[in-house]
Amino acid sequence: MSQAADSAAEAWHADRFGRWRRRFGLAAFGAAVVLMWIAIAILAPVIAPYPFEAVDVTKRLLAPSAQHWLGTDALGRDVLSRLIWGSRISLFAGIVVVAIGAALGVLIGGVAAYAGGRAEELMMRATDLVLCFPPIILAMAIAAALGIGVRNTMIAMLVVWWPKFARLARSLVLVQRSQEYVEAAVVMGYGSGRILFRHIVPNAVGPLVVLVTLDVGQAIITFAGLSFLGLGVVPPMPEWGAMVSEGRELVDQWWVATFPGLAILSVVVGFNFLGDGIRDWLDPKSRRR
Amino acid sequence: MFRYLVMRVAGMAVMALLATLVVFLIANQVPGDPVLAQLGDLAASDPNMVARYRARWGLDRPLSEQYWIFLKGIFNGDLGVSISTQRPVLDDIRQYAPATVELATVAFLLSIAVGIPLGVLAAIRRDTWIDNLARFISLAGVSSPTFWLAFIMLALFYGGLQIAPGPGRIDLSVISPQTVTGLYLIDAAIARDWEAWRNAAGHLVLPSIVLASGTLGLITRTTRASMLEAMTQDYVRVARAKGLRERKIVIGHLLPNALIPVVTLGGLAYAVLLTGAVMTETIFSWPGLGRYTFRSAVALDFPGIMGITLVVAAVYLVINLLTDLSYALLDPRVARERAE
Repeated sequence: MSQAADSAAEAWHADRFGRWRRRFGLAAFGAAVVLMWIAIAILAPVIAPYPFEAVDVTKRLLAPSAQHWLGTDALGRDVLSRLIWGSRISLFAGIVVVAIGAALGVLIGGVAAYAGGRAEELMMRATDLVLCFPPIILAMAIAAALGIGVRNTMIAMLVVWWPKFARLARSLVLVQRSQEYVEAAVVMGYGSGRILFRHIVPNAVGPLVVLVTLDVGQAIITFAGLSFLGLGVVPPMPEWGAMVSEGRELVDQWWVATFPGLAILSVVVGFNFLGDGIRDWLDPKSRRR
Repeated sequence: MFRYLVMRVAGMAVMALLATLVVFLIANQVPGDPVLAQLGDLAASDPNMVARYRARWGLDRPLSEQYWIFLKGIFNGDLGVSISTQRPVLDDIRQYAPATVELATVAFLLSIAVGIPLGVLAAIRRDTWIDNLARFISLAGVSSPTFWLAFIMLALFYGGLQIAPGPGRIDLSVISPQTVTGLYLIDAAIARDWEAWRNAAGHLVLPSIVLASGTLGLITRTTRASMLEAMTQDYVRVARAKGLRERKIVIGHLLPNALIPVVTLGGLAYAVLLTGAVMTETIFSWPGLGRYTFRSAVALDFPGIMGITLVVAAVYLVINLLTDLSYALLDPRVARERAE
């Protein structure tokens, strides 16, 4: 009997790495991809083989080769170099929009849930109001109205980005508020601000981290999409969505549009794996769903 | 139930109007000037012309008056005149809507027809190749940018293999069917013009696959998760204990329960497809609302943008309501709760 238990325990230990890999393998892969792209973005000036704006009409639309690994675009610019530099804007825009959007949303949703009454009603109606637009259309209208530019496009995205975080934060706070430790904090005589930010937020942060991670990918896609439509970056600044747009007519020179798209795909997959992994880690019940 | 419906519809109307107010305020508080966007540099440098232009479109009146005019128009079924197309916005929307409805409906049917069976199979045959395939499809659908997927599809099947037709709803050489509904497939069927039908159907293949990619992944994932959840329930064990065949358990017991969350998602997905076709329509030169929205936004065509906003918000709200109502049909517990 005890022998069987021993061997089971042994097998469990031996299989630990396998279990770890099954559980977190994809998450580790996602984290690796994300870290790789962040490293590429930081090291862009060092690793880009050519300047991203170096126009050379004698080298237009060259196929991938030893000199130009990913070929050149219609102006003779090196696609790989532009891809490397482009990672800066895409990652920056995606991460910053989600970070600020999440902060705003959590603030609004958290305060609404905690305040209750008419303030809550007002804030949540405002949230519903923004949510009844498809985000891309509203962002497009705002971005067009503000004028082209990275900052303006990010502002436009922020306007549509916070509501989902407000909703999640509100429901999380409502759940936490009824917990006993909050009542204890109230009895202790702590102020509402302290209870909200020191007690409730740290306990409710798990699902938020998951949504934030999964959301960066969506933000990168949305920003690239707005850029693709001509609303994101001012040329000749390299950005992945704009690069796809520059190559969209070039079916025979497929490398111009294909590689930037693959870059977006890889970074989004990376964030998705990472987010799923964090969810599994925080909530074992959801595993394998 | 009736009271509930009335309240919901009234609330929706208020929301849709507020939505236009939001867009109106945003549009008027930003630095972009529609006059400059429309007139071009040469004409815009002439102050007389600018003033006449402003007067013509009512842009010289106070903001509150402009919005009041817009509101009055809505109740008379008038959404104003588009600055960029110079036609009534309602006519524009009426002209462009059928193309979008046709594309979105085909994409919706595609995501349902593939997503639900795939999700069910993935749940029943968990951790087999079909589960992995389902996982791969959902991941690819959620992670690949629509505009890029559209390019790849066009480059591969139209440019490279030349087995799919190019952008647009129908070949130029084919006469489009007499407009009855505006949906080419239905109009062509009514006219018994099968050549046009085949041609239009061919043109729908690539854009609908691209448009469906995102929702297909979502529906597959939700179906799978909700099937797995249902499989752990007691009534399934009872059915097994009674000796029912596996097939019967899946179709008779599991599906009706597992599909309830999918219905909610399906409703939302249809709304997303109807309103989210901007990228797909732009790349496939699809003459629908998405492309119209894009052009209005870039031209700062306020009447156009506000008209679209109203329509889009209304579509969203109506589909949400229908979804909630269908919930009551599918799940008797919800209906009882509401009736009380």
